[in-house]
Amino acid sequence: MASSPLTGYRRANGRVGIRNHVVVIPVDDISNAAAEGVARLVPEALAIPHPYGRLQFGEDLELHFRTLIGTGSNPNVAAAIVIGIEPNWTERVVAGIRERGTPVEGFSIERSGDLKTIAAAARAAQRFVQEAGELQREPIELGELCVSIKCGESDTTTGLASCPTVARVVDRVIDAGGTVLFGETSELTGGEQLIAERCADEEVRTRFQETYDAYIRMIEEQDADLMGSQPTQGNIRGGLSTIEEKAMGNIEKTGTKPVVDVLVPAQAPTRPGLNFMDTSSAAAECVTLMAAAGAVLHLFPTGQGNIVGNPIEPVVKLTGNPLTARTMSEHIDLDVSGLLRREIDVEDAGNELQAVVERTVRGRRTCAEALGHREFVLTKLYRSA
Amino acid sequence: MAHSFLVHNEGDDVGVVTEDVTNGQEVIGVFMDSGGEVRLVAGGDIPLGHKIALRALHAGDDVTEYGTRVAVASADIASGDYVHTHNVRSARW
Repeated sequence: MASSPLTGYRRANGRVGIRNHVVVIPVDDISNAAAEGVARLVPEALAIPHPYGRLQFGEDLELHFRTLIGTGSNPNVAAAIVIGIEPNWTERVVAGIRERGTPVEGFSIERSGDLKTIAAAARAAQRFVQEAGELQREPIELGELCVSIKCGESDTTTGLASCPTVARVVDRVIDAGGTVLFGETSELTGGEQLIAERCADEEVRTRFQETYDAYIRMIEEQDADLMGSQPTQGNIRGGLSTIEEKAMGNIEKTGTKPVVDVLVPAQAPTRPGLNFMDTSSAAAECVTLMAAAGAVLHLFPTGQGNIVGNPIEPVVKLTGNPLTARTMSEHIDLDVSGLLRREIDVEDAGNELQAVVERTVRGRRTCAEALGHREFVLTKLYRSA
Repeated sequence: MAHSFLVHNEGDDVGVVTEDVTNGQEVIGVFMDSGGEVRLVAGGDIPLGHKIALRALHAGDDVTEYGTRVAVASADIASGDYVHTHNVRSARW
């Protein structure tokens, strides 16, 4: 099939991006104002505010750093500005981004104040924005991409239509040598044995089972009624009755390939193929972790109409629910409700999604990008000190 | 007559209606794995995306979809009945 080549940005570290953002990352909540101040002065720089970063410790702090560093060094990012209240943690995030080869500059607010910090950081952001404009798109291959998948506001149409459609593209990306991330640990419940069976070897299977069991133990320790949370009220309204039924639809989208690795949250994959990442099933939390791991394009099947986006990773949304496609069309990049009416088959739907993916890679803005959906939600493991 | 519901696998206990179905309506379902068809009379109003029972189930029976147990019946269910949280529950939590 003749088609124009895919294009993207080849970064100094050899990784391939499909967007060219200059980001301004606050290390902590109280640096949001300065980060947003920089973005007001340099409108093409993208501030990514968030509510955490103070008095965190242990594994929770490590995840915070890993997420910020991964976000700043995602291949969709041309350069990053880091702003924190204190120099020490600011420098730690800067060093992490620099190590991965992304141009970065850091600024701390103590002994300067917001205004001087904004002035200095805005000068750096201006230079990065001007330089980013000179970077050229080059031909790339599908198999050079890291793609993430997660569904949301699922209903029974997700399992019938949009998830099997994503599965077709997932298998193609992996056949081409690419990397795919899936997660949503609690949402595998009822089908976790199917994922365990697909693990590439005993070592991966053991790590998967331990990861799954630990997450479920954490949930069960709360001793709470999960009905209405997992499945959500939206899931139930859409016809899903149990977590097991939701899981079977969820797992449909992972395709047919073996699971080659199990990643901690926001961990960058090193093995091409299908990677499982331990994540929450909440959309923005999950996509934020996957983008921090280096995913450059997200495929998001939705039933009742989750409208999530991400600041740096384009989110392509598709639905098999004709009501959602009709009433929320501005959020839906691809309508595959023809599968429910049997007007098209899954192969057709997979081809349609692949075409949307190719256009998105070349630069077409997703619905979420065009509407300014930039949900950046850090996963917090426990209370701060 | 066009289909009104889809069933993932032969042997499943439930299908998913692909249009709003009304009580007493005669409906055709299609099995997605085999392409085979099944006819039922709906035992209730069932909104698009919600489930219909393909056979009678007793309280406590496993409910199969995707060829896998996805729920346990919490009440007796007749063939054609609307199946949701009022008559099935999770076996996990």
